[in-house]
Amino acid sequence: MMSNIGLHEKELKNFDWSISEQELGYKKGDPINIGWYCSDRICRLGQGSKLALIWEDFKGNNRQFTYDDIRLYSNSFADFFKKSGLNPGDRICIFMDKIPELYISFLGILKMGGIAQPLFSAFGDESLLTRLENAGTSAILTQRKHVSKVRKIRDRLPDLRHIIVVDAPASALKEGETPYDMYSAPRVEEFECYKSNADTPSVLHYTSGTTGQPKGAQHVHYSLISQYLTSKWVLDLQDNDIYWCTADPGWVTGTSYGIIGPWSNGVTQAVLDSGFNAERWYAFIAKHRITVWYSAPTAIRLLMKEGVPAAKKHDLSSLRHLCSVGEPLNAEAVIWSREAYDLPFHDTYWQTETGSIVITNYPGMNIKPGSMGKPFPGITATVVDPEKYAPIDQAGKVGLIALKPGWPSMFRSYWNNREQYESKFKNGWYISGDRASIDQDGYFWFVGRDDDVINAGGHLIGPFEIESALLEHPAVAESAAIGKPDPINMEVVKVFVALKPGHQADDDLELKIMNFIRKRLSPLAMPQEIEFVDSLPKTRSGKIMRRLLRAKEWNEPIGDISTLEND
Amino acid sequence: MDEMKDVILEYVKQEYLEEDDEYDIDENTPLISGGIVDSFSMVSLKRFLERKYDIQIPDADATPQAFDTVNNIIELVNRFQAK
Repeated sequence: MMSNIGLHEKELKNFDWSISEQELGYKKGDPINIGWYCSDRICRLGQGSKLALIWEDFKGNNRQFTYDDIRLYSNSFADFFKKSGLNPGDRICIFMDKIPELYISFLGILKMGGIAQPLFSAFGDESLLTRLENAGTSAILTQRKHVSKVRKIRDRLPDLRHIIVVDAPASALKEGETPYDMYSAPRVEEFECYKSNADTPSVLHYTSGTTGQPKGAQHVHYSLISQYLTSKWVLDLQDNDIYWCTADPGWVTGTSYGIIGPWSNGVTQAVLDSGFNAERWYAFIAKHRITVWYSAPTAIRLLMKEGVPAAKKHDLSSLRHLCSVGEPLNAEAVIWSREAYDLPFHDTYWQTETGSIVITNYPGMNIKPGSMGKPFPGITATVVDPEKYAPIDQAGKVGLIALKPGWPSMFRSYWNNREQYESKFKNGWYISGDRASIDQDGYFWFVGRDDDVINAGGHLIGPFEIESALLEHPAVAESAAIGKPDPINMEVVKVFVALKPGHQADDDLELKIMNFIRKRLSPLAMPQEIEFVDSLPKTRSGKIMRRLLRAKEWNEPIGDISTLEND
Repeated sequence: MDEMKDVILEYVKQEYLEEDDEYDIDENTPLISGGIVDSFSMVSLKRFLERKYDIQIPDADATPQAFDTVNNIIELVNRFQAK
């Protein structure tokens, strides 16, 4: 089968994003609304009866939705938001497991001009509070099983006017909470979508940095242009595909490629609302004849742990293209996937801020196992030196991955933090914060982060958020969080903790601290190791030297310690 | 055996379910595939078991499958208690 990008080979040299605009029937200056493009437009193309979503949960419950179904249900959501007094530009948070209402309400929010703010449903109340407070969120859509976390913090959120619960009757709710049952809500045949333009905010995804609390990367409706074409050319989505993206829409992959990419291409996607279970995952692929699978290195390494025979037990012959995202895909995983599935996983690289894939291994390309691949057409990428931010010409020399601004899905700001946004651009480049080298053939090779951010299973965690939360534990005087190497997740959180006088370091306290962070922040942020120390290494100005702790953990050179405080 | 079941079930309910969660679990409820305990949280559950039952569970044995139900967990604990 000829790949989508293969058909465009001649155009690649003079690539222009107008290829995507033309395919979508968009002309500069026209209104552009992602919600409309992902549902109404597909129906207008005569595909209304085609399956848009095949959904299943771990209990085996399942539902199917055609494009006409998602058009109508998202109309109903949009109409409900409007009638509830929500306005274009309002931030509406989606805090749900991977249930159909998550995917469909996302389109409904965009249709009425709201800004969708999806958050990972495993977040604890403190993580939720930080992000809702920062965004000044007006409404949250959630489930009965998660509403208790919202109840704990609602008094501290004056802007939060609506708590909408999608799976509970009014009798199960408290004052100020509204039930909304998508299936019985009034059917809205026609909804006039908000006339958003290319620069209208669409989605707010929170991501972490070294300093401060998480920042909301703000995207616009024009991001569709990148998300549509990268789904078509990198994931190679074609008309008859059944596509499975394992990412949770609480993270950017789950919206860019778990909603917008497949649905703007009119492709059928399957969703499994279940935790990891190799047997269950393979049975899902076999049952639904999944053809294109987009997953993450952490999941792939867990599957590797189960071995090749576990894969061979199932009929996975429907698979034709595999991609991976979140952290670098190690060479062993690429080689193993050839053995287990007779297909290699194609690594793709991008970030919350980039909104779509920017460096990748696309179909038909010669894969160098372990490499990130090459820039997507239309993306100018290089590595720059960390001082002057000038491109490095020498093959194999490590620098910071930098992108020339201007691709359609580039974030447009950090919410309420313009200064931090502007600090990401140096010498005319967007500086990613990731380090890599480029070989003589133009392939990028990932090296690591340039800061203290921890990449746990493909999710970035800021050490500051963990350290701030730890300060609220009664036994903790001070702490430092770093990433430590992990064979499955690339990194996991390790914290160094100095206790307050009167507290004893022991196994019980260690477990209590682990659970304290897990519940307040998230399981991803939970330290998997705690080292109790008398004091932490600091600079003379009192700043904790995480770099020193990290270097020791990774057996790396300690570097300059001239600023280290002497005891 | 029943005592171990009760202890583990109680711990999971207390630590992994929300306070006013009406969702009830028993020894056959899928914990990992059911999304109650994710692969990261498994580490704190493993730590609890190791302390409570004075055992060491090697990482290679701490698979999502081995932790998927309380019954599976009991089997795992028994295996290492016997060693």
